[in-house]
Amino acid sequence: MLELKNISYKVPDENGSGTDKVILDNISLTIDDGQFIVITGPNGSGKSTLAKTIAGIYPASSGSLFLDGKDITEASVTERAKAGMSFAFQQPVRFKGLDVFDMLKLSSSNPDLTMAQACAYLSEVGLCARDYINREVDASLSGGELKRIEIAMILARNTKISIFDEPEAGIDLWSFTNLIRVFEKIKKETNGTIIIISHQERILSIADKILVIEHGKVKKFADRKEVLPEILGTESASFSCNAADK
Amino acid sequence: MDKTAKRILEEVADLHKIPEGAYNIRLNGESEGRNSTEHIIITNREDGTGINIKILDGTVNESCCIPVVISLSGHEETVRNDFYVGENCDVQIVAGCGIHNCGSENSRHDGLHRFFIGKNSKVRYVEKHYGEKSENSEGGNIMNPSTEITLEEGSTLEMETTQIRGIDSTTRSTKAVIGAGASLVIKERLLTNGTQKAESKIEAELVGDGSSANLISRSVATDNSTISFISNIKGCARCSGHTECDSIIVDNAKILAVPALDAVHPDASLIHEAAIGKIAGEQLIKLETLGLTEKEAEEAIIEGFLK
Ligand SMILES: Nc1ncnc2c1ncn2[C@@H]1O[C@H](COP(=O)(O)OP(=O)(O)OP(=O)(O)O)[C@@H](O)[C@H]1O
Ligand SMILES: [Mg+2]
Repeated sequence: MLELKNISYKVPDENGSGTDKVILDNISLTIDDGQFIVITGPNGSGKSTLAKTIAGIYPASSGSLFLDGKDITEASVTERAKAGMSFAFQQPVRFKGLDVFDMLKLSSSNPDLTMAQACAYLSEVGLCARDYINREVDASLSGGELKRIEIAMILARNTKISIFDEPEAGIDLWSFTNLIRVFEKIKKETNGTIIIISHQERILSIADKILVIEHGKVKKFADRKEVLPEILGTESASFSCNAADK
Repeated sequence: MDKTAKRILEEVADLHKIPEGAYNIRLNGESEGRNSTEHIIITNREDGTGINIKILDGTVNESCCIPVVISLSGHEETVRNDFYVGENCDVQIVAGCGIHNCGSENSRHDGLHRFFIGKNSKVRYVEKHYGEKSENSEGGNIMNPSTEITLEEGSTLEMETTQIRGIDSTTRSTKAVIGAGASLVIKERLLTNGTQKAESKIEAELVGDGSSANLISRSVATDNSTISFISNIKGCARCSGHTECDSIIVDNAKILAVPALDAVHPDASLIHEAAIGKIAGEQLIKLETLGLTEKEAEEAIIEGFLK
């Protein structure tokens, strides 16, 4: 179980006005084990920031975070990872010299991971393992390839909480169905919680619960059946436009 | 040969037993074993400064291994080895030098390797430099390798050189003259720590039409060490040259990179790239989200970078 209590994240305002810019504003919510949560909301609303705060990449400015009842507010990224959290970045990081096999070994925390096991993870995300296993995770990979490798790494991690930041971005249509199958498989195998940040109706439509973030606040957090019709009704696309106009 | 010398031999040349093919093992200035083959002939140089390696025309799929081990503290030597590679060969040459310093004096190996590579021959040259010390040993490990390369028409040399820690001071100089249709590839890997100093200077002269040079250096300087990489590609014909120097700087280390280009022919096409920087914060964070500590993440990134 993951509990957020009054989590805020602020950064100093760039205009030098002396006031802080509030990016996450007093977020409280509880995510039960085994749930499939989709976080959605307009661009710039704070979804990635929320995920990074949960993973420990951004320290919360105030509030606290509990994992299975244990206070992990002060825990480092490494400690949270060891406690069972995985995070697939919206923009995966590239490495000169580390290849896909290296990354999967590091992800699985098993230096003796076999080539066959590693290849199985790649096949799951629709990459021909033979072509990719020895590729460097550097600028030579396309955006979509990198995103899929990022997801394969989460498969290799096999932890109780898996967070994906817009995993579908850059992934072609054909793979979309497979991608959803991957999430369902992770959920079944880890018996854990899956948190996905997404704008996609097809992903929203398989959620147990949907969390809508707006201006750094929880706008809504409830069962899919309740939230989905509302979002589709309000047309989040036009909302983004309005936000950009401001 | 004692245990220490054997272990160092493993480090520099991956030798666990007597190598196949031609070899010459040099231990503390003496020849510890030698073998010539039908096509690769090793002889002493007349002036006693080292060995000559003659590889006959058309020698293919053969290898020659000439490691050097220094295990006596205070041993200093200057060695010259000449490689005469005939035409239409395809061979691998493994050289390397390892020092184990157990005392208070400096151990030093200065070597000059000259390569004369005949028409249409293909040579892969692997050179690994390794140094270690006993606890409390205060003697320095010093290596100054020079390499001079002459590539005749249509020949290629791929040189891989590695020095990971262990050598307190090194000045390496590599000079190449590249003929028509010939190509030179140099891949250098360097890691310094403590107060070590490493300097590498590569000069490649593209003199023949269709010649090419690709000089790639990856280096990591940590603690208070310094690395300088100076390359110069001179294009004197219709040719292509590329030099790339990519470095990671850690702690208070210093790195100088000077990839120079000198075109004296209108059809010379030369490119250089150089980048020096700390390990990117996001790379560390990514690996931390996989459960690595910051230290482990740093090591994994450096190990990959120098692979
Ligand atoms: N370190 C920072 N300094 C200043 N502003 C920041 C910082 N990090 C994020 N922001 C701002 O906080 C807001 C939320 O950003 P975040 O990346 O969380 O949005 P998002 O909901 O994930 O958007 P998207 O859908 O585009 O991915 C944005 O306005 C962003 O510019
Ligand atoms: Mg985002």
